[in-house]
Amino acid sequence: MPSTDPDPILRVAGLSAWYGEARVLREVSLEVGRGEIVTLVGRNGAGKTTLLRCLMGLHARRDGTVTLSGTDITRLPAHRRARLGLGYVPDDRGIYSTLTVEENLTLPPVAGPDPWPLAKVYETFPRLAERRGFPGTKLSGGEQQMLALARVLRTGARLLLCDEPTEGLSPLIVQQIGGILREVKRQGTTVLLIEQNVHFAATVADRHYLLAEGRIVESLDNDEMRAREHELLDYLGI
Amino acid sequence: MLQQAFNGLVGGAFYALLALGLAVIFGMLGVVNFAHGAFYMLGAFGSYVLLDSFGVNFWVALVAVPVVLGLAGVALERLFIRRLAPLDPLYNFLFTFGLALILQDLVKREYGVQSQPYPRPALLDGTVDLGLFTYPAYQVFVLALSVVVCAAVWLVLTRTRLGMIVRAATERPELTRALGIDVGRWVTPVFGFGIALAGLAGVLAAPMRAVNPLMGADLIITVFAVVVIGGLGSIFGSVAAGFAIGLVSALGNLYVPALSQTLVFILMAAVLLWRPAGLFGREESLS
Repeated sequence: MPSTDPDPILRVAGLSAWYGEARVLREVSLEVGRGEIVTLVGRNGAGKTTLLRCLMGLHARRDGTVTLSGTDITRLPAHRRARLGLGYVPDDRGIYSTLTVEENLTLPPVAGPDPWPLAKVYETFPRLAERRGFPGTKLSGGEQQMLALARVLRTGARLLLCDEPTEGLSPLIVQQIGGILREVKRQGTTVLLIEQNVHFAATVADRHYLLAEGRIVESLDNDEMRAREHELLDYLGI
Repeated sequence: MLQQAFNGLVGGAFYALLALGLAVIFGMLGVVNFAHGAFYMLGAFGSYVLLDSFGVNFWVALVAVPVVLGLAGVALERLFIRRLAPLDPLYNFLFTFGLALILQDLVKREYGVQSQPYPRPALLDGTVDLGLFTYPAYQVFVLALSVVVCAAVWLVLTRTRLGMIVRAATERPELTRALGIDVGRWVTPVFGFGIALAGLAGVLAAPMRAVNPLMGADLIITVFAVVVIGGLGSIFGSVAAGFAIGLVSALGNLYVPALSQTLVFILMAAVLLWRPAGLFGREESLS
């Protein structure tokens, strides 16, 4: 079930990537429509993280084209992509230990028409306000994840690339992250999300791509995802 | 003993200035700058040549030489280091190592290996009464200036947006780019600044140390040990370790003279066994 948006915010065509001799992505093509939440589901090593890194311009050995809101960004360096409205939440959350919580929030420059003011960030994440002067890595895992999300929301990024934001977090925090993603969607922000938690993916997202051995093997909507939850869980080995 | 401790702090001032430059360069560029000692030597020779051939005094040299060397560092980064950076780190390792040898030999060819004299500036020729002992005014000036420079760098790093970007780029260069910061734009000035600090240390060394082509090579090995002890890439650690090592080796010199040359390296081995990332290093930075 492809995107029905005639003018998708993200269009990826024929994307391949290599690590040395090993080809980790094979001719991946996908689209994400404006305001959609789309997940990438797949086993470890399927190429999900590499795909996000390619979109962000962090993987040098790649082929294919990436278009953001009609602009070809294939050859742009990472910082230019960020300034065009790509908000990156890396798999390890990417919180700086040498920066305070507030510095972690204000480091990335504003990159979209509708950035969250710091006051709104602190209202939404009161825990970050309490700890604004602490080193970023003194926060708990869940708080660090909130900080990583808040950081890209503050820039006003139009398309969030989130690499497994729920990994290793308690169910309560996973729920909170789900709430934030729905709120973000209400604002019209688009999210491309790596997610191993099939159930969670079906509750927050609109569509899903199943990635295996560097290829997109299936494109599913929420009903298909729910109907095949057990099969997919088996397949993912969780 | 107090006087010896003070000697140690003055020696530590040189370690701190050099280690600070090495640390910001390593942090931001991932380059271990083996030519750092050569730029320290050029700083001392720069002020010697300015005085000897052009009659330019110490105070002018103190500003002009670091500025010129900093600009040379900017050119070096633009022309060579930047091009080698995407390759294996070994290339910049070899490049800076080779550059150090070339610079040393060029100076040796021109001035020979004997030490050149450089007088203390007249203003600082006397001694200062520090209460418990009197001390050469020039040495007090060196210590004070180096503390001021290190503190100023510290303030810029912790209180300004530029400092925040340098800290972020030092900790996670790739992520910092992905968050919209043009890290490459800051790399050149940071490299130039690190070289300028080495030049400043060289100018400061001229009136109190032997000015000869090998002065940098002799010192830089110890400075590398200082950086490793402080924690590779840790800016605060390099400065703290610089003063601490100066102090420890001066006191070591007093009590166990036989170990004076090796004490620093014994310390380094001990610190590495206890904390493999150095005193102020982060464990993650090893992976």
